[in-house]
Amino acid sequence: MQPNRRTFLSTGAATLAMLPFARALPAHAAGGDTLVVVSGQTINSLDLHRTGTNRASYQIAVNCYDRLVTFGTKDAPGGGLSYDYSRIEPELAESWTISEDGLTLTFKLKPDATFQDGSKVTAGDVKWSFDRAVSVGGFPTTQMKAGGLNRPEQFTVVDDETFVVTLDRPSKLSLPDLAVPVPFIINSTLAQANATAEDPWATEYLHKNTIGSGAFKVVRWDQGQQVVYERNEAWTGGPVPPVRRIIVREVPSAATQRALVERGDVQVAFDIPDKDAAELAEKLTVFSTPIENCIHALCLNSNFEPFQDANVRKAVAWAVPYEAIFNAAAYGRGAPLWGGSEEITDISWPRPSQYATDMEKAADYMAQSAFPDGFETTLSISTDLAYWMEPAALLIQEALAKIGITATLEKIPGANWRTAALVEKTLPMHLENFGGWLNTPDYYFFWAYQKDKLFNSSNYYNEEVERLTDEVLHVAMDDPDYAPKIARMFEIVLEDLPRIPLYQPALNVAVHGADGYQFWFHRQLDIRSLKTVES
Amino acid sequence: MQGRWGAVSGRILQAIPVLVGVVVISFLLTRALPGDPAVQFAGAMATEDSIQQVREALGLDKPLPQQFLIYVGQLLQGDLGRSVSTGQPVAADLAQRLPASLELTLTALILSCAVAIPLGILAATRPGSWIDQLCRVLVTAGVSLPTFFTGIVLIYVFYYLLGIAPSPLGRLDFIYLDPPRVTGFFLIDAALDGDGATWVGALKQLILPAITLALFTLAPIARMTRAAMLSALSADYIRTARAAGLGRGKVLYGYAFRNALLPVVTTLGMVFSFVLGANVLVEKVFAWPGIGSYAVEALVLSDYAAVQGFVLAMALLFVLLNLVIDLAYSVIDPRFGSAAQ
Repeated sequence: MQPNRRTFLSTGAATLAMLPFARALPAHAAGGDTLVVVSGQTINSLDLHRTGTNRASYQIAVNCYDRLVTFGTKDAPGGGLSYDYSRIEPELAESWTISEDGLTLTFKLKPDATFQDGSKVTAGDVKWSFDRAVSVGGFPTTQMKAGGLNRPEQFTVVDDETFVVTLDRPSKLSLPDLAVPVPFIINSTLAQANATAEDPWATEYLHKNTIGSGAFKVVRWDQGQQVVYERNEAWTGGPVPPVRRIIVREVPSAATQRALVERGDVQVAFDIPDKDAAELAEKLTVFSTPIENCIHALCLNSNFEPFQDANVRKAVAWAVPYEAIFNAAAYGRGAPLWGGSEEITDISWPRPSQYATDMEKAADYMAQSAFPDGFETTLSISTDLAYWMEPAALLIQEALAKIGITATLEKIPGANWRTAALVEKTLPMHLENFGGWLNTPDYYFFWAYQKDKLFNSSNYYNEEVERLTDEVLHVAMDDPDYAPKIARMFEIVLEDLPRIPLYQPALNVAVHGADGYQFWFHRQLDIRSLKTVES
Repeated sequence: MQGRWGAVSGRILQAIPVLVGVVVISFLLTRALPGDPAVQFAGAMATEDSIQQVREALGLDKPLPQQFLIYVGQLLQGDLGRSVSTGQPVAADLAQRLPASLELTLTALILSCAVAIPLGILAATRPGSWIDQLCRVLVTAGVSLPTFFTGIVLIYVFYYLLGIAPSPLGRLDFIYLDPPRVTGFFLIDAALDGDGATWVGALKQLILPAITLALFTLAPIARMTRAAMLSALSADYIRTARAAGLGRGKVLYGYAFRNALLPVVTTLGMVFSFVLGANVLVEKVFAWPGIGSYAVEALVLSDYAAVQGFVLAMALLFVLLNLVIDLAYSVIDPRFGSAAQ
């Protein structure tokens, strides 16, 4: 029997009621109300705040919990939809006001918002959740700090539906930081009922249970295998999701993922390799969205002598075979970041640099440098990221040899990479892939170009960049001073070249019989907008 | 009979120093691994403070001897510790994943024995014939084709092109629910539950990965059967048996095969232990939630408790396996009954 809308509607209610008791769902019941997603990543916790929770698990916070606010939607470059950093929209908050001095954010909660157990969402729940995020330590606490949210005292409950955040200084990052996955709102009554003296934040309980007000709840989680989401019919955070039940299956092998989505047995293959995306794009719909505020870059460490020479850095920038790298490492998915104009007329970021492959210019700069006969160095890559770093590094190595630079390839195991590249910053020349969640250029500069910051693996220091970044970091983007200062920062770092931009990577998602995919900066699948279509 | 039980308890006692050694070595080796779990689990954006918080939370700020004492103390209470990456007790993780691996490995071994042993016997009784050549081809192919390659080829042909195999989505397609857990072996649990549909579903999922592994394990078993049969058949007692006018079946199976079984069982034990740890690639290709991918994941993340738990569980399993093999020897060859001590 082929399902159609009428039979589905008439049997829908009955199926719904008997579902928990059914041993095996008849295969055709998987029609319009169930959607299957495969992903190579494993979800290791239902609680984003827990120590050890991996990136793939952030999707639980996105899909099963609400935040006070969320981002709007826009058309993504390269097709499909994307979140819109420039528009903040309500999720649990009905409205909010920002005081004149920018220090007090007052949120009015939606009066009809309820948790999935039916209890009302109150400002007390919001406070408990925010207190938790700034207190548990590790990643959530760091992310909260980026928005100027440091201590529980900053959060006050005025009444059941009014919640106030007090900032130490006004910042344009504070409100967007409330829309990232971290400050999600937890049912604090239920959580506290399951907390213990050693575990006041109920991490044990939240690790295995979703107790939010979000669009979905996790009805089943088999670690290492699958997560089954079921729609929350009473969701008030946005339009009720079109699909009732979504199954996210873990399939580690990219070849298997590809076979499954090509056959149409699954509707979405999430985060597939660039190579498969390029090949599948001929047969299916593949969304390859350039990841905002993320750059794959070649970094030159200023602690090492040859790279202190501006001419050497420019010689390298002119020698890099950008096009070949983009094709071999990214299979053309993403966005090129070379061959732009030198004149800076807009502040969009990531920005194509003014460099392109020109071996004559490279040789000229080399000749003018203090190392006309070249030198020897190492080019380091991480084994975890070898899928793009290795082809890129080999092409760079080959090109540099032509201008007299002998680069030895060094592969560093993933577990050591962070320490060597980011913490100790001891790699002379290496590849790096930082991307910032908050999509402003100054946020990228804050992490990657300011002295001693984690992702400044080139040990870059420039007094003016340092000062300008501090000045613009919290200033609103429509402030008249903002754009000129940002343009000046672009100019300096593209002249100084501690990081040579290669390309902007893409997040690839193949769909077969599904629609409504939306890209998010957190690079996890937002299932709330997904719907099934006849394929 | 007395002798055999004595042998068993002797073997179990002998296993104790082995296990103590495994506990010490796995503890030291995990600590010697490059990579700092506190850094790993604090996340990319971590600061010095947050890394320190994580280190304290994991108890890694304490000196090594103290960490070891805590670990041994927990072990003595039967607690394998808690995996940071899965957030579950390691014992629970192992209980969940080990049956998946065992079910796959055992099915594959049964399958490969069912093919390899008759093939080896036939090849040995007719050396140089077409069946001997077939045996040689299969053995060469089985050894030279890596499992992930065979797996992908099988998926491509039987799932992608022909559409007769089910989606390679792990132990059960998502339209079925897991059978109520008794042993953790889906085939057994579904059968105990009397749930035919789930049993068939589980079997279907099992076929391709089991064939992949069977092709790989077939080679050593077939080779060993052939060689052992050849040497047994040329032995004096076979000539005597034939001269005494015993039937062909009696000579072949009663005398030659029984004597040839010893090296085959030894090989089987080795193949089993090797495959159980080494089928990570098959697990990845077929999205099989087994122990191999769990261990690799834990190693990559420097998840100490999980790695130690895995090593210890494997050690226990091998001790048990060796015991079973020794017992099998004494069944096959009565002279082993007392010698096993």
